[in-house]
Amino acid sequence: MMQRFLSAFGWRHEGAANAALLGLPAIWFACLYLAAIGALLITSFWTVDSLSGDLIPGFSFTNFQQLLADPIYTKIGLRTIGIAAAVTITDIVLAWPVAFAMVRLAGPRLRAALMAMVMVPLWSSYLARVYAWRLILAHDGLLNWGLAEIGLPGLHIGYSNWAMWIVFSYLWLPFMILPVAAAVERIPPSLLEASADLGEHGLATFRRVILPMALPGMVAGAIFTFSLTLGDYVTPMLVGGEGSDFIGNVVYSNVGVTNNIPFAAAYAVLPLGVMGVFLLVARRMGAFDAL
Amino acid sequence: MQTAKQPIVQLEGVAKSYGGAVALAQLDLTVYAGEFFTLLGPSGSGKTTTLRLIAGFERPDTGRIMLDGEDVANRPPFERAVNTVFQDYALFPHLTLIENVAYGLRAKKMPKAQAHEEAEKALAAVQLADYGGRKPTQLSGGQRQRVALARAMVNKPRVLLLDEPLGALDLKLRHRMQIELKRLQHETGITFIYVTHDQDEALSMSDRIAVFSKGRIEQIGTAFDLYERPASVFVADFVGSSNLLGGDTLLRPEKIQLLPAGSTAPEGFEAGEGILREATYLGAVTRYQVALADGTLLHVMESNTRPVGERLRLAAGDTVLAAWPRDAARKIGN
Repeated sequence: MMQRFLSAFGWRHEGAANAALLGLPAIWFACLYLAAIGALLITSFWTVDSLSGDLIPGFSFTNFQQLLADPIYTKIGLRTIGIAAAVTITDIVLAWPVAFAMVRLAGPRLRAALMAMVMVPLWSSYLARVYAWRLILAHDGLLNWGLAEIGLPGLHIGYSNWAMWIVFSYLWLPFMILPVAAAVERIPPSLLEASADLGEHGLATFRRVILPMALPGMVAGAIFTFSLTLGDYVTPMLVGGEGSDFIGNVVYSNVGVTNNIPFAAAYAVLPLGVMGVFLLVARRMGAFDAL
Repeated sequence: MQTAKQPIVQLEGVAKSYGGAVALAQLDLTVYAGEFFTLLGPSGSGKTTTLRLIAGFERPDTGRIMLDGEDVANRPPFERAVNTVFQDYALFPHLTLIENVAYGLRAKKMPKAQAHEEAEKALAAVQLADYGGRKPTQLSGGQRQRVALARAMVNKPRVLLLDEPLGALDLKLRHRMQIELKRLQHETGITFIYVTHDQDEALSMSDRIAVFSKGRIEQIGTAFDLYERPASVFVADFVGSSNLLGGDTLLRPEKIQLLPAGSTAPEGFEAGEGILREATYLGAVTRYQVALADGTLLHVMESNTRPVGERLRLAAGDTVLAAWPRDAARKIGN
């Protein structure tokens, strides 16, 4: 009875129905999400009393001046952004063949198997997977043992930027494969036939039809790989070496060790701004036109 | 056609099956240059498979596909001088109309400015001169159809393949496009191979028609041949509506006249008395069903040409005399 009444009420008052459906998520979004970002921005202009360690509310650019004054923070920022970009490009290159084979070449069984192989790592612990890579890449790890077995000299990529690049690329690869595969799947097969019919071979069809049509999927994947790398601090801690800090590590030590939350907040504004620019560029490229 | 008949597409012993299901069984077919040739048949009869084999989207299991005297069976689509108008048009949604139409020219490395100029002309030829900057999603179904046509024809293919190109259009637009297609074919002299399941469309446009059934060609001939001299019961039944007397004698519904019960049939006519089961007024014609005394159900079609007052007023249940010229009933296969 009640359900019928509510349903009829919603049918007569479309606005009320939408409000009822969106209300809770909107409140959640406003309180937890926007408020948190707002608090972050406000705090970044605060300072800390160096003697008592108390927070001093106010509006001062001290934190930002400090960030610009010491070149180490610029270096860490560029390292974070650079590795996030490298990981994104690597994952795009690695994801394409898998995604394409999955939705265009594989039969139903192989397709299900490939899908499972992409998904299964996501069900295991992130830490376990990073530690596994630590064991593989360490100086006396699996990689160098294998190289020694076939008579090649060992590599020194454990605890370096190279290690972080490899591990991040591995960790976030599924987040690129899935949206690219979904985008490729949405391309009607007749378009590929039309391209061949009009005289283009496979590679040209890829460049002129598949790639531009799958761009929104690639951008969606890039948002994942880029932002997930940008905000991480665990992988740099575990597989990065001395002087491999990410923005996240500086934030972490300022919150947990130095207890300078305003400075941490000021540094955390950088990845926010970078993501903002990233999304604007993506929109200009037409990545969200299909939404 | 005007000049001596020159074969342009020849299929010789072409067979194709999908995992044991036979789509085409040993097909032989010759299409001549400049012809409007139609592949007609119900869905699953093999007509679309035949078209896709000519385009190169499928490879035959056996047989030769000759294009302009060359066997192209092992050549990919992008190395065949044919172009296709797809059933769903297959326009590239991320490209403007100009870019869509210029696609094939750019594939042949024509400079961009020249390709766009050609594309403009091709769009103008299908009455879409000012639409070049738009995207396909901004067009109606009929407009998309014309873009698909321009995109294929701008490449000046030896043969244009059309896969039920008018299937998604409403009746009025379909009739307009039929005339338009005939005009374009006539003006360009390009050979058209046209797939349809619509027999009206096939009869009204084609120089010759191949009727497909279950992966085989039942008959190849002109509209007149198929309608008046069908080679099999299938063709008689599929092309137009028909009465089959005694299982093998064809009598077309429009050749039968209905007379009041008790009248005598004219000289040279055969006749049978029966009961009118149904009369359906369809505007230009009226369709009747008459149950003859021997149990045969006869379809009759009379055009409503006489003034209203002079027409026979018939209602279901009336007894009538159905009469037809003796030579209108033909044994099938003769």
